[in-house]
Formats: sequence, C-alpha cells, structure tokens
Amino acid sequence: MTMMKMDHLFAAQARRAALALAALSGMSAAVASTVNDLPGGPAVNQLNLHPAVTRIAADVSSLHIAMLVICLVIFVAVFGVMFYSIFKHRKSLGHKPAQFHESVAVEIAWTVIPFIIVIGMGAMATRSVVAMKDTTNADITIKATGYQWKWGYDYLKGEGEGISFLATLDAKHRMMSDSGKPEAIDNYLLKVDNAVVVPVDKKIRIITTANDVIHAWAVPAFAVKQDAIPGFVRDTWFRAEKIGDYYGQCQELCGKEHAYMPIHVKVVSQEDYSKWVDGEKKKAAAKADDPNKEWKLAELVARGEKVYNANCAACHKADGAGAGPIKGLVGSKIVLADDNSQQISVLLNGAGGGSMPAWKQLSDTEIAAVVTYTKNAWANQTGQVVQPADIKTARK
Amino acid sequence: MSAVLDHYGHAGHDDHAHDHPHGWRRWVFATNHKDIGTLYLLFSFTMLMIGGLLALFIRLELFQPGLQYFNPELFNQFTTMHGLIMVFGAIMPAFVGFANWMIPLQIGAADMAFARMNNFSFWLMIPAGLMLAGSFFMPGGAPAAGWTLYAPLTLQMGPSMDAGIFALHILGASSIMGSINIIVTILNMRAPGMTLMKMPLFAWTWLITAFLLIAVMPVLAGAITMTLTDRHFGTSFFNPAGGGDPVMYQHIFWFFGHPEVYIMILPAFGIVSAIIPAFSRKKLFGYTSMVYATASIAILSFIVWAHHMFTTGMPVTGQLFFMYATMLIAVPTGVKVFNWIATMWKGSMTFETPMLWAVGFLFVFTMGGFTGLILAMAPIDIQLQDSYYVVAHFHYVLVAGSLFSMFAGVYYWAPKWTGRMYNETRGKIHFWGSLIFFNITFFPMHFLGLAGMPRRYADYPMQFADFNSIASVGALGFGLMQVYFFVLVMLPMMMGKGEKAAQKPWEAAEGLEWEVPSPAPFHTFETPPKLDATATRVIG
Repeated sequence: MTMMKMDHLFAAQARRAALALAALSGMSAAVASTVNDLPGGPAVNQLNLHPAVTRIAADVSSLHIAMLVICLVIFVAVFGVMFYSIFKHRKSLGHKPAQFHESVAVEIAWTVIPFIIVIGMGAMATRSVVAMKDTTNADITIKATGYQWKWGYDYLKGEGEGISFLATLDAKHRMMSDSGKPEAIDNYLLKVDNAVVVPVDKKIRIITTANDVIHAWAVPAFAVKQDAIPGFVRDTWFRAEKIGDYYGQCQELCGKEHAYMPIHVKVVSQEDYSKWVDGEKKKAAAKADDPNKEWKLAELVARGEKVYNANCAACHKADGAGAGPIKGLVGSKIVLADDNSQQISVLLNGAGGGSMPAWKQLSDTEIAAVVTYTKNAWANQTGQVVQPADIKTARK
Repeated sequence: MSAVLDHYGHAGHDDHAHDHPHGWRRWVFATNHKDIGTLYLLFSFTMLMIGGLLALFIRLELFQPGLQYFNPELFNQFTTMHGLIMVFGAIMPAFVGFANWMIPLQIGAADMAFARMNNFSFWLMIPAGLMLAGSFFMPGGAPAAGWTLYAPLTLQMGPSMDAGIFALHILGASSIMGSINIIVTILNMRAPGMTLMKMPLFAWTWLITAFLLIAVMPVLAGAITMTLTDRHFGTSFFNPAGGGDPVMYQHIFWFFGHPEVYIMILPAFGIVSAIIPAFSRKKLFGYTSMVYATASIAILSFIVWAHHMFTTGMPVTGQLFFMYATMLIAVPTGVKVFNWIATMWKGSMTFETPMLWAVGFLFVFTMGGFTGLILAMAPIDIQLQDSYYVVAHFHYVLVAGSLFSMFAGVYYWAPKWTGRMYNETRGKIHFWGSLIFFNITFFPMHFLGLAGMPRRYADYPMQFADFNSIASVGALGFGLMQVYFFVLVMLPMMMGKGEKAAQKPWEAAEGLEWEVPSPAPFHTFETPPKLDATATRVIG
C-alpha cells in the first residue's frame, strides 16, 4: 500500500472517529453542518496535513506519515511492555519483586538502537531540507511584504514584472468577527480583495520582508512558510501543480489584527496568467498620468513639491540651499535660465560625474513637475512652466 | 494550616519553641527550608490558578468562531501572560519549592546552605508576581507580544512591557540565588556516606537543573535588557529601523529558552524516579545511566535552540545541524523512559495516587516526546511552526510532564509535609479527571495544527470550530479538577484532617526523608546522621 493511500484511509477513518467524538461531546456544533470544506483551505474537522499541491508538500506529507508510523510502532511496543507489566506484575496478584536493577548490555542496546533510528529519521528529511532551500532558477519572483495588518505584493521578475498591489481581508469578514456571530461561510477570514495570481507548473520564488514587525507568509497546501522580517529579506519557493485557490494565514504574532491578514494564492493556467498580467498592466496604465496633459502652474508645483521631497531634498535640502559640495538650487543659473534644456538634461542624464545621479526612471510628468517646482519655489519665482511633453521631447 | 505547621513546638522540643519567630514573622523572616518550601509551593499554586484563569479566558473566546467576549488585543494579552505566569510563576517556583522541602531531607542536611538568601529569593518573587499579574491594570494593558517577547513587536508595547521586563529580571535573580543555594547545599552539606552517586535522583536532577539555570538566566536578562534599552534609550539591538536585527533576539532568547524547557522537566524526571521504584517495590533500574542521561540532556539542550527558528530562513547547513542535534535528545530521553519501564518490569506494583500520576506522566509525556521528534524534522516543522500542533506538543510536555510529575510528588511527599494522609478516593478522582480532561483539551489541537490553524489567533475559520469547542470544554474540566484538588485534597491535609501519616507511609519507599517523623519536625538532621552503606537508612 502506498503512503498516499494509507494517508487517505487514515484520514477517512480518523475523521469519522472525530465526528463521533464531536457528537459525543454534545456540541457537534450547528456550524459543522453548514460549513463545507474549503478546497485549498482547511477542511471541516481536518485531521491531517493539507492535500499536497507541490512536490515538497507531498514529500512533507509522506515524511509525516512515515514518522507517525515509526512513532506509533515504538509507542505500541514500549507501552505494550509497560501495560503488560502493569497488569501482570502487581502486588494484588501476588507478584514478588525481582531484584535486578542494572545491565550494561541492555543500557548500551537501548542507547545505540534509538541513536540509529533518529539518525535514519534525519536522513529521510535531509533531501527535503535541501530542496526547500533551493530558490534558484525561478520563473517568477514575487516580493511579499508584511504590514500591520495586510500583505503587499510586488512582482519583481518574470512575466508580470512591475505589478504591485496590497491584499487586505474583506472588511465584511472583519465586521462579522467583531459581531461575535459570524455567518457560516466557507472562506470565513480567508477572503482577500486581491489574490496573488501565479501560473501553474512554474517555479515561483517568494521574497519576504516586513514593514513593521515580524509576520510569516504561509500556504499549507504548498508546504511553504517563511517569516517576513523587517529590515531583512528572506526567500522561499513553490511550484504549484494544480490550478485552484489556495489559502494561508499570517503565522507569526504581529499585534492585535494577527488573525486578520490572510493569504490567497490563485493558481491559473499559463494563458489565464498572461491575460491577468495584461489586465493588470492596463489597469496600471489607466491609473498613470496622461503624458499629453497640459498642466497648470499651481498643479505642477504642488506635484513637484512631493517629487522633490521624496527624491531631491535629501541632498539639495528642503529649502533648496544645498550643502557643502551639493549645489544650491536657489538662485542657480541653470534653474533660473529661460532655456530649460540644460536643467532637463541634468535631470535625465546626471551631472558632476555621477555625484548628481540620473533620474530618468521618473516619469515625464514627475520630471516636469519637479523642474517647474524648482523654478517657482523659494526665492526662484520665474513663473515658468515645463510640461511633460517637453520632457518627452528631451528624452529623444 | 497552622495545625500542620505548628507542630515543632511540641513533643519534647519545647526548648525550640522560642528559637524562631511566630505568626507572620515566621513567614516573612523565614529561614527554615521547610517553611520556605511551603511558601514557594503556595505561591506557585496561586500563580497556577491565575495562569489557569487566563487560559480559560482564551478557551472561552475560542469556544466558537467570532469575537464574543474579548477584543483581539486583550486576547493577545491573555496568551502572553498565561505563558509568562505559568512558566516563570507556576512551574519554576514549584520545583524550587520541592527542592527546598526535599533536598535537605534527602541528603541528610540540616537546612539549605544559605538560609537568609533562601528567604530573599522567595520574597523577591512576590513583587515580581504582583507586577506580572497586575500588568493588566496598567495603561494599555498587559504585554501582548507573546511569552517569547519577540522584537520588534515588543517595541510597540505600552509601559506594562517595562514592568514585565523588570519582573522577569527579579524572577531571574531569584532563580539564580535559588540555584546557587541548591548547588552549594548538594555539594557541601551531604551527610557523611552520602556520596554523589548514592544521592537520590531528585537531588541529581536538581543539581544539573541549577547549573542550567545559572547558565541561561543571565542570557534572558541580557535579551530583555537590550529590549528595554531599545525601547527607551535609543539603542537598536533588535530594532530594524535603526539597523538592528530582530532574528538576533530570537537566537538569544532561545539560547535561554531551550535549556529552560529542560529546567522545567529535569526535576520532574527526579520526582518520577523516586516514585516508580517505591510503588514497584524494586530498585530503580540503571541509576548510573539515569544520571548520565540527565547530564547529556542538559548538555545537548545548549546546542539545539535554533529548532525554534526553522522558519526564520536559516542557511541549509544550520537547519541540518539543528535538526540532527535536536533528534539526538530523543536518545537520552528514551533511555530514561526505558529505565522507568524496566524498573516496573517484574516488580510488585500497587497503584496509589502518586504511582498513578507517575505512570500517567510516563504515558502522556512520551506522547509529547514523539510529537517533539516529529517537530524536530525541519521540513515538517516548517509546516507546523506556530500552529496549534506546537501548542499541543508543549502542553503535553509541560502539563502532562512537569505538572503531572509535581502532582505525583505532592501526593507522595505531602504526608511527610503535613503529617496527614490524603484521601485516596479523591486523589484518584483528581488523577483520572485531570488525565481525561487534559487529553480532551490538548489532543484535538494536534489536528488543528496539522490543518493549519495558527496559534495566538483570537478568531479562526469555521472549519476549525468543532475541535476548538471540544478543547474549550476540556479546559474547563481540567481547571475545575485543580480547584477540586486544592479544596478537597490539599486543604484537609493542611488543616490536619484525615488519617495520621506514618513515618514511612509507603511500603517500599527509600531515602532519608522517610527516616524522620511525619510531619517532618521543624529541625531535622541537626547533627549529621550516620548512614548505612546504601545511604538510604539512618543507623545512628
């Protein structure tokens, strides 16, 4: 009989036993009758690990069954002896105590044999330990960032690169929890607004980090669990072999809403994944600034101040005065000049042999805004406006 | 209780009646190891009740899905304080109480080596206990970062976190003083003829435990002091915002935390090693190997700490090392279990309450040992880390291990302490009730953990509902059994009710504690006793 078959048999029988126990205890809760198993999430009164969806999870599952069997055999043998003794070697049965109390041979035997057994157990697990840590050659790399209390996802590499969103628990579920009378729904506390979408049969590397305290990103069906540690980057991986929805929850105590930051991974076919990526890209584009828009001075200055404070103020200072070798922008000839081309060129290409870095990764709108801002902030009141279209031209 | 404890003034010992203070002074100024032992035991039982109440609040909230009684913040405070109070307030002091009472009696010493330090180390616990239990009433409530106090969550806690840290410092100082006392007493004050290798195993296990305590309590103190300076003095040991390393905290904490686990179980091994031979009417099998096994466990306990951290993302070599090292601990622990069973084998057993608890300990603790072995496998651990499986595992070893052994010890030695026998029927009800309710509470947690329910969750998906309900019902039953124990078993003995206890109420019990009358007089072994060759009898 294979491990998997035994696993199922065991699960089915034990489950019946558990249900009987629940009924016995007089509270085979109304809940259980109306809630169904959640595919990819917990089953009602589930007794064993989740059905495996990755190779690693299958390995872990059979390791667990093997350990259970070994432990059960030892347990029955050892306590069989003990209970035999308890029933036979009783004073009430007139059993007289033996006198032995030492045996070096026996002591050596029951030191060496367990030693060999545990080393064998370790050897069984070693291959999985190594495989779990092998995060190389990933098809897609996704960063999962733990926040109090939600997950942020950034697709860093592979198809879908650049997609980025937050995943938060459905607010209705949170309210139901507070009410104390949650409805018996199958995905209670597991429903998020944005699922992580990944293609089937592709190696997905998950990089974890956190913004505030330690969280842990886990999906039981994949046998994946990795702490997300603020200030540090860790990684793990999975290759899901079945299309479907899979659920997990934050596993490291992260404050009061610890129970309310679930994980939902949607495994889809390659075509569906490409479609999803296209959709996300279009959505992102729709949200982005229209590069042909004509901006008013005040709008651009307001936008530019944000860009300036986020990117420039660290060196040029908030008051534009610069510091030491950093050139001041107040009264700067380049900034005040009627001809914008030199300033735009410095921003796009950098200057001073790289001491002023190139900022070409900023969008046309952002560069236009920040140039306009410097021309109209502090004592620089030129009234000049630089439009995104100007930057677009300058880039060519 | 006074009837029990005032016996020393009588029976021809009137000359002693004025040697020591009476009334409240007797306890506040206590220097007698028996009085201090009693104080420790009463203190730890009080903390057990407080910690138990918190556990029942947790189980009440988890009885059904949804938040019915407490908000999640308060829930986190309950789980945190339940852990801290049980570990530092209940289990550890209770074993020190046993050590105070029994070690001088077992090795033929007149008292502990440093009587006044003994007093100090007990009374230090009172402010610490009050601070821990009282932290619920501080602004922002009690600490809610889990008993492991992981950074950087601790940096977000209110002022009660500082109170908690201070309390742990005080408890640590108390433990270190207690340990020094125990080590010096055992090494210097044994009666002539009581060589180390003739000592009762309880003294041996405590000797080793005391060294573990001295080694690791300062490590905990260091970890929480760094947490304190991170919180208030601008350091960044563990604060990632300043370049600190939160994982470093875990390494330091578990370098304390793992030996701590053995601090809470080794004395239990000692108690069980006294009781099983007594009721099997047969000498303990493999005394020498028991001593070596205890020492091996203690040494191994220092090199396995990171198995609590497999999910932090250790390098593969680190995972393999800690996995193999952890599995090795099963070897000496197995040796102990085999020795106990070999002691029972071909004995002439009876099953008075202490023996029931000892066998119950053996059976249920071993189940916790097996789940420990399963958790030691790094790939499985990564699945089960921070799930209810872990909660089930450590309650099997800490409740069915440490606590059950202590009940065994109380039933075994309380006749010596109080001079009265407990009621056997009630003792058996207490045992069977506790055993059954314990398993109803914690066995389903294995399933919850395998199915992926994370620990420290105030609310959970519907599919986990039934097992949570069952566990909650079991917890209530288990809690009530302990109240039953105190009110109907302990109180009558302490009030001097019940059958008078013989000097040696157990037919085949061995050791010097049975060479003094019951109840043990206020002063014992004032002059070193002359021992027989086995160092178990006084011969003059």
